[in-house]
Amino acid sequence: MINSSLKQLGAMLQAKQISSTELTQAFLQRIDDHNPEINAYITIDAERSLAQAKAADARIAAGNAQPLTGIPIAQKDIFVANGWKTTCGSKMLDNFIGPYDATVIKLFDQAGAVNLGKTNMDEFAMGSSNETSYYGKVQNPWDRTRVPGGSSGGSAAAVAARLCAAATGTDTGGSIRQPASLCGLSGLKPTYGLVSRYGMIAFASSLDQAGPMAKSCEDMALMMNVMTGFDERDSTSLQRDKEDYERELGKPLQGLRVGLPKEFFADGLSSEVAAVVESAIAEYRKLGAEIVEISLPNTQLSIPVYYVLAPAEASSNLSRFDGVRYGHRAAEYDDLLDMYCKSRAEGFGAEVKRRILIGTYVLSAGYYDAYYLKAQQIRRLIAEDFAKAFTQCDVIMGPTAPGTAFRSGEKANDPVAMYLEDLYTIAVNLAGLPGMSIPAGFASVDGKQLPVGLQVIGNYFDEARMLNVGHAYQQVTDWHTRMPEGL
Amino acid sequence: MSLSSSDVKRIAHLARIEVSDEEAEATLQKLSGILGLIEQMQAVDTTGIVPMSHSQDVVQRLRPDVVTENDQRAAFQAIAPAVENGLYLVPKVIE
Repeated sequence: MINSSLKQLGAMLQAKQISSTELTQAFLQRIDDHNPEINAYITIDAERSLAQAKAADARIAAGNAQPLTGIPIAQKDIFVANGWKTTCGSKMLDNFIGPYDATVIKLFDQAGAVNLGKTNMDEFAMGSSNETSYYGKVQNPWDRTRVPGGSSGGSAAAVAARLCAAATGTDTGGSIRQPASLCGLSGLKPTYGLVSRYGMIAFASSLDQAGPMAKSCEDMALMMNVMTGFDERDSTSLQRDKEDYERELGKPLQGLRVGLPKEFFADGLSSEVAAVVESAIAEYRKLGAEIVEISLPNTQLSIPVYYVLAPAEASSNLSRFDGVRYGHRAAEYDDLLDMYCKSRAEGFGAEVKRRILIGTYVLSAGYYDAYYLKAQQIRRLIAEDFAKAFTQCDVIMGPTAPGTAFRSGEKANDPVAMYLEDLYTIAVNLAGLPGMSIPAGFASVDGKQLPVGLQVIGNYFDEARMLNVGHAYQQVTDWHTRMPEGL
Repeated sequence: MSLSSSDVKRIAHLARIEVSDEEAEATLQKLSGILGLIEQMQAVDTTGIVPMSHSQDVVQRLRPDVVTENDQRAAFQAIAPAVENGLYLVPKVIE
């Protein structure tokens, strides 16, 4: 059951082979057994989850079920959920009980899915290892001494350890795809603007995008059908008709043009990851894909550009945490200014403070043109690289991350080394394109088998095709069905 | 560009984050590393390139100027650090 697809679970629920209450209890039991070590969840509220399960059972009995009705889904703790503690991985929000539902939460609720709990994450989604969380690090289920990636590390570990049927994540610079790669699951960051950001605690608003994290592309298609859609409460939500993301599944890949950016296979890529990615591409050849070499010449610049834009937007977004209306307030202070400064000093962790400082610096008087404006200009060059590439190919493939999961603590004291984790994912956010990571095999590292992800980048709004590209591969390989030992 | 520890304190003040001298010193090194990374941008000639803020060609939507939200003051103030008579309390700012 824990390895079943969302479709299989839906069929079992429909056929009354299992109730949502039983399914939810089974996952809650697994969380009880394994979460104390893995630490994938920050908040579990069995009473609330089981109440939703009971409602789902009634809905199924009444014949009103939708595909995800009764299925337990874990929600990244970045989504505000009514009545749920919502922390964003920060001490700043340790006392914050959501007073309303994020649109993503509301949509899963309307679909009848069960909110199984709130997953751990890097503080305010700033990190690539889940080590910046106020609630402690998350273990990678494949090797407990290693990180799950970040920032959606709790969601990734929860899916990998089968502590949920599927999960949500958010991706600002790779925060869905990199943990999906490091934990051996499928993760999709949709085109910017497809999923509402309402109630999703903002990090870098022009880059943040929510998406599914699941075992397979088929599962993700079902979740995309629920998550996407125009929302007037998000000023950057795109006004488009609802799509059926399952519609392409099962189509042959004959003639698909796959572009391989030479910059993704250059210095910085570990040889173990390169070997796995190359064998995945060989599989695509067998499926009828044509491989073309392409170039994304400004790839290297995406990191400096991102580390201007994202901190700049973060410094502005996080100014709302001032200890006045919600969140942490220092116990002692002299005056209002001192209250702000102490509340923020106590409530934010080191990485969040660093990014706020960088953002404040690049936006400060006299520096705007040299940093923010320059970064926005190079951002256009990066987007133009992709536009040119998509005249030569239908999808782009390459590694998701330069290496496999690294050891906890290995990069914790070197922000720049940590930032390089996102070398292949960041440009996709800057361009606003959809990007996906799917399990492509394992690399042997220090005697352990560690998962490796293949990244698939599509053109704007091409998610349905991308999901089929992943699905076709998952029909001829079984990497996505593998599960870590001891769970 | 190189930062000094007093620059860090000045920026932190702008960001309303208290930092001790010790913290400023420790932060300095890490910030300098990040700024070094950012500096790579300066090698690119961006003359005449229009800055990009959004990938799609979208304009700000407008809506009728009518009330759309319910009153949720009680719910929102239930999680506030200090409130009285429906108002948020902060230290005295006007003598």
